[in-house]
Amino acid sequence: MIDKIEGYTYILGDDINTDDIVPSNALTLRDTTEMAKNTLRYLRPNFVGMVTKNNIIVAGENFGTGSSREEAVNVFKILGVKAIIAKSFARIYFRNLINLGIPGIQLNWDKKKFSHGDHLEITLNKGLIFNKTKNKEIDFKKLPDFLTKILEDEGILNQLKKKLFKG
Amino acid sequence: MSYTIAEKILLNHSNHKSVVPGQFIECEIDLIMVHEQLGGRIHKEYEKLGIDYVWDPNKIFFILDHWVPAPTISAAEMHQDCRIFAEKYKFIHNIGMNRGICHQVLPEMGFSRPGMLIVGSDSHTTTYGAFNCLSTGIGATDVSVVFATGNLWFKVPESFKINLKGKLNKGIMSKDFILKLIGDLTTKGAIYKSLEFHGDGVKDISIDGRMTITNMVVEAGAKFGVFLPDVKLTKWLEERTDITYKYVYPDKDADYEKEFNYNLSEITPVVAKPSNPGNIVNVEEEEGIEIDQAFLGSCTNGRMEDLRIAAKILKGKKIDPNTRLIIIPASTDIYKEALKEGLIEIFINAGGIFGHSTCGPCIGGHMGVLGPDEVCISSSNRNFVGRMGAPSAQIYLASPATVAASAINGKITDPREVL
Ligand code: SF4
Repeated sequence: MIDKIEGYTYILGDDINTDDIVPSNALTLRDTTEMAKNTLRYLRPNFVGMVTKNNIIVAGENFGTGSSREEAVNVFKILGVKAIIAKSFARIYFRNLINLGIPGIQLNWDKKKFSHGDHLEITLNKGLIFNKTKNKEIDFKKLPDFLTKILEDEGILNQLKKKLFKG
Repeated sequence: MSYTIAEKILLNHSNHKSVVPGQFIECEIDLIMVHEQLGGRIHKEYEKLGIDYVWDPNKIFFILDHWVPAPTISAAEMHQDCRIFAEKYKFIHNIGMNRGICHQVLPEMGFSRPGMLIVGSDSHTTTYGAFNCLSTGIGATDVSVVFATGNLWFKVPESFKINLKGKLNKGIMSKDFILKLIGDLTTKGAIYKSLEFHGDGVKDISIDGRMTITNMVVEAGAKFGVFLPDVKLTKWLEERTDITYKYVYPDKDADYEKEFNYNLSEITPVVAKPSNPGNIVNVEEEEGIEIDQAFLGSCTNGRMEDLRIAAKILKGKKIDPNTRLIIIPASTDIYKEALKEGLIEIFINAGGIFGHSTCGPCIGGHMGVLGPDEVCISSSNRNFVGRMGAPSAQIYLASPATVAASAINGKITDPREVL
């Protein structure tokens, strides 16, 4: 169960769209690990090399706008991104995040709260982020129980499996 | 309780006695549309569930349209994978790759009807709201959930009421209106909302035009875009389905979070500048920008109304020799109609290239991929970086009339000058 998440911030801007995250021409790649190598290829050519297993993406408004392609969540999962904090999320993207078991946290933030590479500790069920680098506590609105339950089950398919095979 | 259309339809598909915006509810799905995503990701996700059935093979509409016929080996493999899945689970409505683009073909076959709740593996699934139903896009995992259970969770959205009055002037299209609306709302202004289109102005918008509007509501972040029904809709449906349906109207005192008023006679031609569909300016401001390619097609604007206005503009003229004009109908039925009306000959004589129905250039797949630094004016719905090819290419979104007028001059042109 994901309750406490620890990681380092990677800052992105507003309106990062699903074509930015997975360019269309990488979408027909059959191998998802290969596809993940294209993550943010045009926008941040160094991203794949820099992102580590413990990154927390911190983005601006309307994160994940655009297509319904779930690949745009899955590539982050493959790269080991632990959570995504954004000022706002596009609807389908937010669903896809939760469904794949990655916490999406909606929070208005500025440079005083986060800068690049900050060490964060997120406690999901308390709605609390501790920025260790800045020695600062930040509150966020907890997810509804309904969604937290999906994250606890590590994604909606796992949850569904439990339901389908419980009897 | 009084309800908006979105609240009403969601309530009707749940086992709740009442609903309020913000509430999470489980709904029964009437129809699910899937395209290449089936082979791209859904197949793999579905296998994880370890079940050998789908909830209802009759409620799945499966089509190949994005990369057809396959332009690369990997796309061909994706299609093979799709076919294996569709056969294994015995999909009844297995449409194939020769009918056109999902969002055109599904309504043409009478599958989108008032009151329905439809989801699809594509963000522009919102298009079907033109038919007085609720429809929205979902990802591969959600598709798997629907395949297995027929149900899906929804958050009941707040609604915006968009009142339309007046009539679009000559050379102005519903595309100009929806671009203007997205510009006003911004690309994040309607996240999670349902946009409900009301007013006297609706009756003068064709079904083709309504589809352009609901197609693009997602560009403002909306979850649904839905039109009130009228006689135009009745007529359209009569020609396509015998299945009975009931219109859905909002209650008189339904609650709207915001209200917007537009007089369609005041709308003028606009373009969305690179690289955001909310980057809207009057066409005058961009006039004279040289273009390498003009693309007329996609699920946004590849219908008869679009082809007809383009033909009117292009008839007896030649496009600029330094510009390519690519025209792709949204479906094979439209292809045949354009053939019958003699439009294809007009396009070819003008120097255009007319192709079979596919998403093709809209997604930078094939049949008109942009090279480095090229400039394109397109009737599609997204001008993101790299969307139609090279990341340095610049995409302007506009109406079919503006696209055709620009092709003639080789630069962005106000269509009122050539009509
Ligand atoms: S035409 Fe473009 S926007 Fe429409 S479904 Fe195809 S790729 Fe998507």
